[in-house]
Amino acid sequence: MNYRSIWSIYQFEMARMWRTIAQSIASPVLSTSLYFVVFGSAIGSRMESINGVSYGSFIVPGLILLSVLQQSISNASFGIYFPKFTGTIYEVLSAPIGHLEIIFGYVGAAATKSIILGTLIFLTSLLFVPVHVEHPFMMILFLILTSVTFSLLGFMIGIWADGFEKLQIIPLLVITPLTFLGGSFYSIDMLPPFWQKVSMANPVVYLISGFRWSFFGQGDVSLEWSLGMILLFLGICFATTRYIIKTGYKLKN
Amino acid sequence: MSSMVSIQNVTKTYSGGFKALDQVSFDIKSGEIFALLGSNGAGKTTLIQAICGLLRITEGAIEVGGSDVVLNAKNAREKIGLVPQELCVDTFESVWNTVSFSRGLFGKPKDPGKIEKILKDLSLWDKRKNRVMTLSGGMKRRVMIAKALSHEPEVLFLDEPTAGVDVELRKDMWNLVRKLQESGVTIILTTHYLEEAEEMADRIGVLSKGKLLVVEDKDVLMKKMGKRQLILEVEDPAVNLPLSLDRFHYTQKGSFFTFQFDVVNEELSIGALMSEIHSANVQYLNLQTKESSLEEIFMEMTRI
Ligand SMILES: Nc1ncnc2c1ncn2[C@@H]1O[C@H](COP(=O)(O)OP(=O)(O)OP(=O)(O)O)[C@@H](O)[C@H]1O
Ligand SMILES: [Mg+2]
Repeated sequence: MNYRSIWSIYQFEMARMWRTIAQSIASPVLSTSLYFVVFGSAIGSRMESINGVSYGSFIVPGLILLSVLQQSISNASFGIYFPKFTGTIYEVLSAPIGHLEIIFGYVGAAATKSIILGTLIFLTSLLFVPVHVEHPFMMILFLILTSVTFSLLGFMIGIWADGFEKLQIIPLLVITPLTFLGGSFYSIDMLPPFWQKVSMANPVVYLISGFRWSFFGQGDVSLEWSLGMILLFLGICFATTRYIIKTGYKLKN
Repeated sequence: MSSMVSIQNVTKTYSGGFKALDQVSFDIKSGEIFALLGSNGAGKTTLIQAICGLLRITEGAIEVGGSDVVLNAKNAREKIGLVPQELCVDTFESVWNTVSFSRGLFGKPKDPGKIEKILKDLSLWDKRKNRVMTLSGGMKRRVMIAKALSHEPEVLFLDEPTAGVDVELRKDMWNLVRKLQESGVTIILTTHYLEEAEEMADRIGVLSKGKLLVVEDKDVLMKKMGKRQLILEVEDPAVNLPLSLDRFHYTQKGSFFTFQFDVVNEELSIGALMSEIHSANVQYLNLQTKESSLEEIFMEMTRI
């Protein structure tokens, strides 16, 4: 393992973020603030509390994850798509480094950005609604695991995409619906039984449930299920990414 | 001299089924400047990419500094610096950062003094804080060279380093390449300017449609393949030349006779030619010799 190479890629990618700090941070923070204003304060004040948690507070974990998922995917996919697009990827591909260095460098940077962003959104939420975190350690763990998993997913999308439209399409058609239907704004048991069953096939349900558990000590599924599912998902993403890089898919002729 | 790059029976078939390299084998010696020639689409870039690990070869094996580029990729790649044909740079980065990044990427410890020297050698020092996108095309190409040099490669691949570079800068580039050679770096370059290969290269390889036509010492190649001519301007165009001069395959255009001579065969040497002319007592006004350029040799070879 060449740590210097990983560090170089990581730093280079982080530098790209600091350069575009305004867009990277401002737009997700702003849009989440709007959600808090509309759903948390305006509508939320007329809603019943869910399992003893006021609606405004209830949506905080889901909203944080919503942004973290979207940003992990878009950061990581763009991070690898851009050098592929401009051709500068030749340097990384001809460097004396293995697949792991490439993955750790790019995915590590994308995940770091998401974690920073998730933290900022959390801090923003404190301005709007009272939030109490029951299990801070688990909350941080879920944030990290989710960021890494979805950065891996984004990284694969970036390798696969050969046009800017393709970069957008999976987040738009798959990830956004899954997050909205994953219980960001409601508890799964508020759904009719049939849709409750369907929801169980949505991996995002487990992420949001686990994250919400770390806040309020309660979720739609048990903590073990949540943790198990996210670790499983992480493992699958990691193994697939590694395999893709190894085969040189879309990177080498 | 030992071999730095060894290419054995390399064949590359692209996914569409197109064979861009066909059983190419040759060695590049340590410390030499090797020019890879061939017309557009001959397979030069494909071969360089194969050596640098940017594409997978279909058949054959390549070693760099004794390490197989597939089986022992890390060791092989550590030794390689690559300046690709296409201009691709990190447009938003500063010159200093992008060059430093390359060094780190190759796992080398930070060495600002080294980077400073490279940037100064390439006349980029004044631009070190500029973003790459604010540089001219020629400067960007030098940034790419700086990136390739930043990790102190033993072999440097320059894929058309002087394409679109002005005359003055081209001379600078030649000097730089010579300096690098003096410091022990092996250099492989491709170019469409044959006078450049003629000027720079120790050895020359010619690819045509994916096949290697020849690999030869430049001087030997020029000698072997090059025609040498002696042009004689005579007083009387109606002069009758003796039969003994026929073996020099001469042609006549007015008062000018053009003879072919050879540097290898004594019978056909310029000495033999001159003594025949003298003994025939041909009166001439002027005489000049001409060697074919690498360009002419190249045209001749790739025409087949
Ligand atoms: N990715 C690819 N897929 C299919 N064919 C390719 C690919 N890249 C190159 N080729 C083909 O392989 C052949 C050799 O291309 P290559 O780029 O190696 O030529 P070259 O000698 O470098 O030419 P030039 O002097 O124009 O740079 C060409 O016919 C080209 O069309
Ligand atoms: Mg080429």
